[in-house]
Amino acid sequence: MADIKEIIAARVAKELADGNVVNLGIGLPTMVANFLPEDVHIVLQSENGIMGMGPAAEKGKEDVDIINAGAQYVTINTGAMYFDSAVSFGIIRGGHVDATILGALEVDQHGNLANWIVPGKMVPGMGGAMDLVVGAKKVIIAMQHTQKGAHKILKECRLPYTAVGVVDMIITEMGVMEITPEGIVLKELHPDFTIEQIQEATEAELIISPNLTAMK
Amino acid sequence: MKNKIMTAKEAVAPIKNGASIMVGGFMACGTPENLIDALVEKGVKNLTIICNDAGVPSRGVGKLLTNGQIKTLIASHVGLNPEVAQRMNTDVEEDKLECILVPQGTLAERIRAGGTGLGGFLTPTGVGTIVAEGKQVINIDGRDYLLEKPLKADVALIRGSVTDKFGNTTYNATTRNFNPMMATAAEYVIIGACEIVEVGEIDPNNVVTSGIFVDAIAGGEKPWQI
Repeated sequence: MADIKEIIAARVAKELADGNVVNLGIGLPTMVANFLPEDVHIVLQSENGIMGMGPAAEKGKEDVDIINAGAQYVTINTGAMYFDSAVSFGIIRGGHVDATILGALEVDQHGNLANWIVPGKMVPGMGGAMDLVVGAKKVIIAMQHTQKGAHKILKECRLPYTAVGVVDMIITEMGVMEITPEGIVLKELHPDFTIEQIQEATEAELIISPNLTAMK
Repeated sequence: MKNKIMTAKEAVAPIKNGASIMVGGFMACGTPENLIDALVEKGVKNLTIICNDAGVPSRGVGKLLTNGQIKTLIASHVGLNPEVAQRMNTDVEEDKLECILVPQGTLAERIRAGGTGLGGFLTPTGVGTIVAEGKQVINIDGRDYLLEKPLKADVALIRGSVTDKFGNTTYNATTRNFNPMMATAAEYVIIGACEIVEVGEIDPNNVVTSGIFVDAIAGGEKPWQI
């Protein structure tokens, strides 16, 4: 099996269409940009103030005034724009971002998301996540299916919510799932796993799509 | 024209213990480090700091935190500065930090509202979460929104890339972030400028913050580095 993160990032990339405005979270989601087909050009939004963000800056060629929301030196593409944080979140809440891709601590079958606080243990803050998942047209959670075996896809989130009822899709190394009013529908299963294995790794009951296909 | 050019030390001189201070920057990119250093040297305490994040221990508002000058921190993200959690959980009463986390978009808009005379605004962000606790939920055309109130401060520390002697300011690239809103939302506004030029040298098309908002200008700010 190839690198788990690469498998997830490569599959997420297929959800993006030419011309989409996309905000990628820190970590695994950032890798999605590396797997876009040549004929798909997306416009990356960085919530600290860029529309049209380019790849990470080459070592030695950094412009210290240009960072992304993860405080890494980045570049901008031709046709880019800078703006302040009020404008940036106006773009986000206003529904002008087609998709946001981010990780999660927990997701549940109602599309509720928890990814910003573990009370008593870790209080990093929500940053822009609460605004992004409420404002973006499509919310894709890209993450490893379990946390070292512990369930992350639950019947009900146990950690405090980032937002309620916002998640559209979950993509892990085991499969592709969509949140529907009936529950979580397994649309694609990675060939390395069986339905029994993915169900065992998921607390919520999976609805197996009648059109289940192999995840590529 | 009133002279606004002074040293960082002179510019922070009016800031008193217990002041509320907005500080521009995002992970210290676009934070006026010289003004922070002058505040550290001045040693004022019990400050309420309003900033996107807590920086890191050696940068941005992180330096004020390390020096024990912050009583309350209002921010959206503090995860990259481990001192925040340490100070929130300390048993030493005088070191104890109150940290109020606000969604980033809500923080930006609350400051904008503070500077633009609005009584607040309605946002869908935070509905159904602990951010909604104690806030009024208002339903507009079938969707729930939180009523978020404006945020103002006694002082704003702003990092300008190019500032003229009146205070007209431009912000280069992603140093802009919270700076333009903060410059409108405080009683006393200091620009820490990378470059100071004569009035008229900045194309009016490129001025983001008007000099009418600016009370003091200190030069010598340097580009930021991670």
